[in-house]
Amino acid sequence: MAKAVVRGSLISIGLVGALLASIVQAAGDSYVVPGSKAAQLENCVEPTDFMRRNHMEVIQHQRDETVHNGIRSTQHSLAGCIECHVSYEAESTPVPVDSEGQFCETCHNFAAVGVNCFGCHATVPALTDREAAAEVASRADLGWHPPITMSTPAVQGLQPETGGEGR
Amino acid sequence: MSMNNSSEKIDRGRRSFIGVTAGTAAVAVAPGVVLHTMAGAAPRSEAVTSDVRWGMLIDTAKCADGCDACVKACDDENGLNLQIKPEGEGDAKWDQQVAKWIRKVKLQDNATGHLTNLPLMCQHCEHPPCVDVCPTGASFKRADGIVMVDRHTCIGCRYCMMACPYKARSFIHEVVAEKLTRAPRGKGCVESCNLCVHRRDNGESSTACVDACAAEGHNAILFGDLKDPESPLSKALGALPSRQIRQDLALNTGVRYSGV
Repeated sequence: MAKAVVRGSLISIGLVGALLASIVQAAGDSYVVPGSKAAQLENCVEPTDFMRRNHMEVIQHQRDETVHNGIRSTQHSLAGCIECHVSYEAESTPVPVDSEGQFCETCHNFAAVGVNCFGCHATVPALTDREAAAEVASRADLGWHPPITMSTPAVQGLQPETGGEGR
Repeated sequence: MSMNNSSEKIDRGRRSFIGVTAGTAAVAVAPGVVLHTMAGAAPRSEAVTSDVRWGMLIDTAKCADGCDACVKACDDENGLNLQIKPEGEGDAKWDQQVAKWIRKVKLQDNATGHLTNLPLMCQHCEHPPCVDVCPTGASFKRADGIVMVDRHTCIGCRYCMMACPYKARSFIHEVVAEKLTRAPRGKGCVESCNLCVHRRDNGESSTACVDACAAEGHNAILFGDLKDPESPLSKALGALPSRQIRQDLALNTGVRYSGV
């Protein structure tokens, strides 16, 4: 009986591992929304692989730095995520990042992970950021986020993330 | 309200001993680290320090009856006017529940009939009772003297609201649909005036209420650094007689009033 339980749990761990691998693979195409500033950039504020696994910890660390120490100059703010990943409808009206089909919602939905940030935080950029981002979005051909590989210039020289499996 | 002074008295000696011990420990841990204040604008890149203490002086003689420019400006700046009354709720109940950071208070001397107007907000105490009672550490005092709530750790128990002698804190009872990037807000947390903390961190020199009062031509509120003897605030405090509200509680408030 106990053996069966152990075997069962080992199998399920294996399945979860396989699922994680497939998530990473599926997300290789990226959920970055066309028309957002992010779509025109080589990679996020950190290498994409790192951000996929660790963005929540990056944001959580920054939130404490900001609330308690008043540091607002770094690139790791949630406001920064939103400013870059938001897309725009006609007349530069921003689409909330947590609405259906948008960056945060799509990936979190795929991974079946809830996102609580937007119970309190704004889902569209502040007006001044908004104007700046709309300007960027309007100026270029809007393709999908280019796939990031180890040969992408911005990531060259960085070691691939290891040891983060099963997070 | 009567009070037993001997039992209520805060043991300052014990507090300063703990402070000195902690300070010594910090120096021992990080020798050679030199703290310096940041000068100029741009978003802050270094942690706030206790080299400054933000405070205000409110001249009640200049605060006009019927004027609520500071309250309106605060509502705009901090998104308080984005709160929406739930359907079917009465006006009176909503007025009790809606979050307000500044309240206009009118005092009357019954003997003479003299009226005094003043805006009352978080007094940013040096020894804040709201911080003492918070069970999660969400209510805290920043190094630069701003008393605020970390909503990430606030569980909405509202002990701080009970503890505050100034009735300065509000609870968010309802879901907030629209939020501002500079002032996040959600159901279930307590909040209060934070001296426009986003302006502090971006190196601006005033608060929304100060700007609004000046725009109305009243100039009743002065904002600045209490620790800088050369700041206009410190000079005004030296020149004008001023008081803390409930000075008897020995909280050493950062907001002072003259003419009360």
